[in-house]
Amino acid sequence: MVESTSTSFVAQCYQLEGAPALGGLVRTDSPDIYGVVGRVTTEPLDSARPVLARGEDADSEEDVIRDNPQLARLLTSRFEVFIAGHVEDGVIRQYLPPRPPRVHSFVYLCSPEEISRFTTRLDLLRLLLNSGASHADEIIGACIRQAASSHAQPDDFLADACRTLAVELSGDVARLSAILRRVAP
Amino acid sequence: MTQPHETNGTSGVQVGPAQGQRLGMVIEGSVANGVEVRLDPGVSVEQVKVGTFVTIQGVGARFFGVVTDVSLSSTDPRLKYTPLPVDDSFVIQALQGTIAFGTVSVLPQLTMPDVLGDEQGPAPAKSIPSHFSRTFTASQQDVEMVFGSEADGNFWIGSPLDMETKLCLDLGELVKRSIGVFGKSGTGKTFLARLLLAGILQSGQTSSLIFDMHSEYGWQGQDTDKGVTVKGLKQLFGAKVSTFTLDEEHSRRRGLSTDETVQLGFNHIEPQDIELLRESLNLSEVAASAAYNLREKYGEESWLKEFLDAGRGGSLLELAEELQVNAGALRALYNRMGRFTRHGFMVEHSRVDTAARILEHLERGQHVVLEFGRYGDDEAAYILVSNLLTRRIHRKYVEAKESAMGGSGKEPRPLLIVIEEAHKFLSPSVASQTIFGIIARELRKYNVTLMVIDQRPSGIDPEVLSQVGTRFSCLLDNERDIDAVLSGTPGSRALRSVLARLESKQQALVFGHALPLPVVVRIRDYGPKFYETIQGGGDSEEEKKRKVEELFGG
Repeated sequence: MVESTSTSFVAQCYQLEGAPALGGLVRTDSPDIYGVVGRVTTEPLDSARPVLARGEDADSEEDVIRDNPQLARLLTSRFEVFIAGHVEDGVIRQYLPPRPPRVHSFVYLCSPEEISRFTTRLDLLRLLLNSGASHADEIIGACIRQAASSHAQPDDFLADACRTLAVELSGDVARLSAILRRVAP
Repeated sequence: MTQPHETNGTSGVQVGPAQGQRLGMVIEGSVANGVEVRLDPGVSVEQVKVGTFVTIQGVGARFFGVVTDVSLSSTDPRLKYTPLPVDDSFVIQALQGTIAFGTVSVLPQLTMPDVLGDEQGPAPAKSIPSHFSRTFTASQQDVEMVFGSEADGNFWIGSPLDMETKLCLDLGELVKRSIGVFGKSGTGKTFLARLLLAGILQSGQTSSLIFDMHSEYGWQGQDTDKGVTVKGLKQLFGAKVSTFTLDEEHSRRRGLSTDETVQLGFNHIEPQDIELLRESLNLSEVAASAAYNLREKYGEESWLKEFLDAGRGGSLLELAEELQVNAGALRALYNRMGRFTRHGFMVEHSRVDTAARILEHLERGQHVVLEFGRYGDDEAAYILVSNLLTRRIHRKYVEAKESAMGGSGKEPRPLLIVIEEAHKFLSPSVASQTIFGIIARELRKYNVTLMVIDQRPSGIDPEVLSQVGTRFSCLLDNERDIDAVLSGTPGSRALRSVLARLESKQQALVFGHALPLPVVVRIRDYGPKFYETIQGGGDSEEEKKRKVEELFGG
C-alpha cells in the first residue's frame, strides 16, 4: 500500500500484470480492512518520463517486451480501492474503519470463501454508491457479478443484491435500471 | 395472543393469497379515508380484489376491514417516464415490489377482540392501526366472528368474495328495519329476495305479505337464464304459506290451486287511492281531487258506484255543476275509473273484507303471497290493490299495537310487506301519501316493515330511502341509482367503486343495519341443495312454543 485515506487507499502491484480485476474484493491485514477495487492504472514510475510508443517494426506485443526488457522496470500498476468495511473483534462491519489502513501494509486478494462470507450483508453497496467515484455504477456492477460467482446460490445472491440496490436507489429508477442491466446474468 | 396467520402466511411459494396470508404493511392513512397498505414484494396486485376482507394486526388491537381500492405506486415519480427493458425479466423482477409496488386501500371497520371466543364481539373501529402494522387476508374464523355463524341460528346467504366461508345474516336484526333489494333488471333481485324470504319464513319470527306482481314467489318461479323452474315459497313451506290470487283463471291455467281469490268492492276504494293512481291513470290534479267531492256527496261506502251510475245515466254535466268541478276533469275521471273497474277482480259491492282475511292468515303465523296473475302487468291495478290492502292491514296493526301498549291486547306479530317496482309507490311526488311511505318512515313502531324490490332506486323518495335499514344492491350502472342506494352510508365513496364492479349475476353488495360492515356477497344458489336445508327445517323451537301458547291461550 502506498497511499491511504479514510475512504480509499492505493496499492502498488509487485508485478506489472498483477493487478486485481475491477470490482474485486481485497483485504489488508492488521487490521483487517476490506475494499473493492475501483480503478487500476498502469503508468510510468517517474511521471516526468512519459511512455513512448514503441514496436513500430515488431510483429506482436511480446516482441516489443522482449526487445525492451527495461519496460517492466519503468512501468508500474497501481490500483485504487474503496473501503467497504472492516473486521472489529472478529465481526464484519460494513462501514468505514475508525482509522485508515497503514501505508506499506500488504493487500491480498480475497478467496471465494472470504468473499461469500463478507457479502452475506450488502451494506457495502451503499458505501460504493456514495464513494464519489465517477464510475461507481461500473464498480458496483462488477463487484456484484464477481461476488455472485463465489456464492453457492448465485441467483439468490443476485436477487438479494438487486433488491438491496432497488431500496438504495428508490428515487432514481434510471440509474438502478442501468446497474441492473450490468448485473443481469 | 393467538395469531393463526403467521404460521401459514410465510410458508413457501403461494399462487394466490390463501386465507390469512400476509399481504403487506400499513404505510399511511386516516380514519376518514382508511389506510394504505403497501403490498409485500411477493404479492401481486392482481391477487387482491376490491371487496376482499383483511385483518390488520396493530400494536394494541386487531382491525377488520375491507379492501376498497387497489393501486399501483412507485417510489420514483419518474418511473413512468423512464424507458425500461420490459423484456428483461431480471430487471423487471428486481423493480417489482421494490421501486414499483402495489398498494391497497383498506377501510378498517371493526376492532376484533384479541382472544377468540371472548365475550365481547367486534366493535366499530374508532382509530386506525399504526404505521407498519402487518396486514393479512381475513381467515374463515375472522369472518365467522364478525358475521356470526350458521350454528348460532343465522341465515347463510352466500360467501364473501373469493372465499368459501359461509356468510351469515342475523334475520332477527334484518326484519327489524325496512329492507331494500336493488339492482338493474336481470341481476338476480328476485332470486335474492326469494332466498331472503325463505330464510325469514324459516326463522318464523315474522309474518310476511308478498305482493307478487309477476307470480314468482308463490308456487314457482322461472330461471330464465337456465330455462328451468324453481320452487316457490308454497312448494317449500307448504301450509305455512297461503296464496291469494286476483286472477283465478290465470292460476287455474297454470294448474295451481290457490287458497283464496281476492275481490275488491267499489266500496273499498278511497279518494286517496285515486290520488295515488293519478300518474298511472294519467289524471289531472283536478280530476283526482274531484273524488273527494264525490265522497262528500255520496258517502264513503258508495261514492264510486253512485258516480259510475251517474256517468252511465248521462248526468255528468249536472253533477259537475253541483260539485263545482270542471266537467272535463270529471269526465276524464269517469272514463278512467270506468275502464279500471272493468277488471275481473273488481265487484260493485264486496262484503268480504280481503284485508281482514289476509290478517287472519297472518295472525295465525302464516305468510301470504298475493299473486296478480295477468293484472301484474297493469301498473294501476298493482298500485291500487297493494295500497288498498296494506292501508287496511296497517290500520289494524296500529290499533292492535296501541291497545297492546295500553296493556289490553296482544302485541301484533311482526309483519314484513314485500313490494316490487317500489319507485312507483314511493316516488317523491306520492311517497307522502301512500301507506308505504308512511310505513317506511314510521319504522317499526307498529311492527310493520317493508321489503322494497326495485331497479330504479333513484326514483324512490330520498326520505324513504334513508329509512331503509339494510340494503342489498346487485349491479347498478346508472350514476343516480348508485348515488341513491349509497346515500347516507358512511364511506360511500369507497363503496361506489365496489358497487360499480359487481358481477352482473349472483353478486350483491350488502350493507346497513343488519351487518357490522358492508360486504360483497356471492349469493348462494337457489336450487335443490337449498330446498333440502328448508325441508329438513320445520318449526323452530320458538315457533313451536308460540303455537302451543296460541292453542292453549298462553
